[in-house]
Amino acid sequence: MDCRRVDRRYCYRSNVGALVSSNVTSWGRFPQAEHTSAAAPEWREQLINEVKKHDSLLAFGLGRSYGDVCLNDGAALVRMHRYSHILSFDRTTGVLRAESGLSIAEMLSVVVPAGWFTPVTPGTKFVTLGGAVANDVHGKNHHKVGTFGCHVRAFELLRSDGTTHVCTPTQNQGLFRATIGGMGLTGIITWVEIQLTPIASRMIEEQSIKARSLQEVVDLTEASDADWDYTVSWVDVMASGAALGKGILLRGRFASQHDGTLAKPHPRPLLSVPVDGPHWLLSNPTIRLFNTFWYHKQLGREHHRMVDIEPFFYPLDAVGSWNRLYGKRGMLQYQCVVPMQDGVATMKSVIRELQKGSVASFLAVVKKFGTIESPGLMSFPKPGLTLTLDMPNSGKKLFDALDRCDEIVAAAGGRVYAAKDARINGQRFIGMYEHYREFVDHIDPRCSSSFWRRIHNS
Amino acid sequence: MSTKSIVIIGATSAIAHGVAKLYARDHARFALVARNAANLEVVAQDLRARGAEHVSTFIADLKDVARHDEIVAYAVRDLGTMDVVILAHGLLKEQHEIDNNADATLDVFEVNANSMISLAHRFGCALERQGSGSLVGLSSVAGERGRRALYAYGAAKSAVTAFLSGMRGRYLPLGINVLTVKPGPVDTPMTKGRTLPLMATVDTVAKDIANAIEKRKHVLYTPGIWRIVMVVMRAIPEGIFQRLKI
Ligand SMILES: Cc1cc2nc3c(=O)[nH]c(=O)nc-3n(C[C@H](O)[C@H](O)[C@H](O)COP(=O)(O)OP(=O)(O)OC[C@H]3O[C@@H](n4cnc5c(N)ncnc54)[C@H](O)[C@@H]3O)c2cc1C
Ligand SMILES: NC(=O)c1ccc[n+]([C@@H]2O[C@H](COP(=O)([O-])OP(=O)(O)OC[C@H]3O[C@@H](n4cnc5c(N)ncnc54)[C@H](OP(=O)(O)O)[C@@H]3O)[C@@H](O)[C@H]2O)c1
Repeated sequence: MDCRRVDRRYCYRSNVGALVSSNVTSWGRFPQAEHTSAAAPEWREQLINEVKKHDSLLAFGLGRSYGDVCLNDGAALVRMHRYSHILSFDRTTGVLRAESGLSIAEMLSVVVPAGWFTPVTPGTKFVTLGGAVANDVHGKNHHKVGTFGCHVRAFELLRSDGTTHVCTPTQNQGLFRATIGGMGLTGIITWVEIQLTPIASRMIEEQSIKARSLQEVVDLTEASDADWDYTVSWVDVMASGAALGKGILLRGRFASQHDGTLAKPHPRPLLSVPVDGPHWLLSNPTIRLFNTFWYHKQLGREHHRMVDIEPFFYPLDAVGSWNRLYGKRGMLQYQCVVPMQDGVATMKSVIRELQKGSVASFLAVVKKFGTIESPGLMSFPKPGLTLTLDMPNSGKKLFDALDRCDEIVAAAGGRVYAAKDARINGQRFIGMYEHYREFVDHIDPRCSSSFWRRIHNS
Repeated sequence: MSTKSIVIIGATSAIAHGVAKLYARDHARFALVARNAANLEVVAQDLRARGAEHVSTFIADLKDVARHDEIVAYAVRDLGTMDVVILAHGLLKEQHEIDNNADATLDVFEVNANSMISLAHRFGCALERQGSGSLVGLSSVAGERGRRALYAYGAAKSAVTAFLSGMRGRYLPLGINVLTVKPGPVDTPMTKGRTLPLMATVDTVAKDIANAIEKRKHVLYTPGIWRIVMVVMRAIPEGIFQRLKI
């Protein structure tokens, strides 16, 4: 398959056989794929029957992965979003068990008023619990609590032969470790039980501090990590020279006082992007302009405020379908992690490589991962610095630049995140994951994905 | 919304579950009736987890009209006073699926019309005995006119709409509200993943329904745009209407 092909519309056939004109895409809308089936079972019996029907299948959550880990071109998807009942929620212990299609958004609408929060959250709340486990997602508190998988008490795995397996850190340990970060390849997660985190308020004490270089970003992060549960930095990767990687550190922690805000309703998105943007909308000059504006909009060096869960954790969710702004060709995201040793230098080489390829990117995100190890065999996070950037899909030049970035990351002993990837060379990827061999033994013979086939054909 | 005691018939319906979730947040008490025991148990667990104070379940095939008195007795016994009774079960068959099958057509009537009307009637009497409450029936915009593509289902819903209308007249003076809900197409298992014009999400429709229950509305088109669409649809003369491919 030519994974760099763009501009292909596609349809899927629903479980009743009627042609449906709705598209199933990943968040980057690249690459595109055509599926033979994309049923959305709601009940257990339907799910079990669906899984038995196909020779090649893959669970699909809410498609918030950027590349092709959630796609299965030419084969079947099982869409999980309807399979989303909450099975139990203990308000005193904060243990919640739910079907895997439940979104973090919906979960929060139930648990926040009861004084609980998700232990780990990605930058969007529109992900399912199954997707959060399968990519072993991380958040701004990785340095304190590790990945999502570290808070999974148990889950049930449905294999394509129809058998089910309850997995915990001590029971079916092999499947437990392979499924966390297992990219949907070990079978279908039917339910997940997690330990939530207690909160007293919806409000977060937030501080943002300007940093004039990447080194300063890292220094500020290290100075903040002990006292702040959430830290992350936005850096301008289009700045050069000494200012390379200048940015703003954001640190936050939940207000510790009960202030009555827990009962407040969750706000809804206000805007949505209904059509594709023209390709020039998010291109080199406009992005550069935005970055400069963004850095200077904060006038003072430090800024303190109290903010709600929504703007703190999910600023991008305020605009629905913002990915469409990148136009028909879609976008790519790149996320890598490199060890702390020489981390700043390595990260700078990656950024310079992107600049040489005149890659345009909005504010990139930098975060320091902590040392808490995830049970997941194929989990992406490891101790070090992680860099994430969004880029409009500008074709070959971008792909070449990213290949060179992979080289630098691999040489430094780092990794690239599958959930964000649409193009990495297979051998390179495999070389970054030391538990790959062990993982492969646990793959369900009938589960596959566009990503996985790409990795093994390149 | 205050804490309510709610009966849901066809409680495994996606729309009914959407409404129930909203009430569960406010610690409502539920008596749920459906035919699939495993699925109903999952719905019950979900509502408990979301904050429902009490959830009990009753399994019955609703086509079995002989059991309807038993269902009413169960609900009364379980909840004491019923604040809201929601009739939500339904069976959608497109006309082409049943074009050459009169028995299948009658089956559509049994589920959507006969059993719905039988339950509306019986619960109406029960509400009258307690002297309060709301009866909510899920009809459809499909009941407004017989359409080539969906007339068995449409006719059954039409019967429900007319019946609930009359009941409203009967119960209005007694302080019992009857709400007829007429959704347009909603993205639920019933519509099987098809993308239909003005398709709504369960969340939107559920919010509208809960809101209409609280405001004691009589007829709800949801989403609201269907009220206008239906004014136009009803105004089109029959000769023209049947030639339109809608
Ligand atoms: C704006 C934005 C911000 C983001 N920020 C972060 C971040 O900070 N940190 C981070 O780690 N990620 C981040 N992501 C990525 C996102 O969190 C992950 O890709 C997540 O896995 C998406 O979940 P999903 O439910 O949409 O799953 P999908 O994208 O649909 O699927 C993801 C993977 O999970 C598998 N899967 C889904 N459901 C199941 C199931 N029931 N059983 C088995 N396998 C299943 C799929 O097969 C696929 O391999 C972000 C994404 C966006 C769009
Ligand atoms: N979805 C729409 O577009 C739409 C539009 C207008 C009106 N409506 C009406 O809204 C109501 C709810 O529909 P929905 O969209 O929520 O669909 P749904 O999820 O398919 O729910 C329909 C429910 O009816 C139950 N049911 C059918 N026959 C039954 C029987 N003989 N005995 C017991 N239960 C039976 C089904 O149970 P099983 O799962 O056991 O079969 C199912 O739970 C229906 O009355 C429908 O006609 C829907």
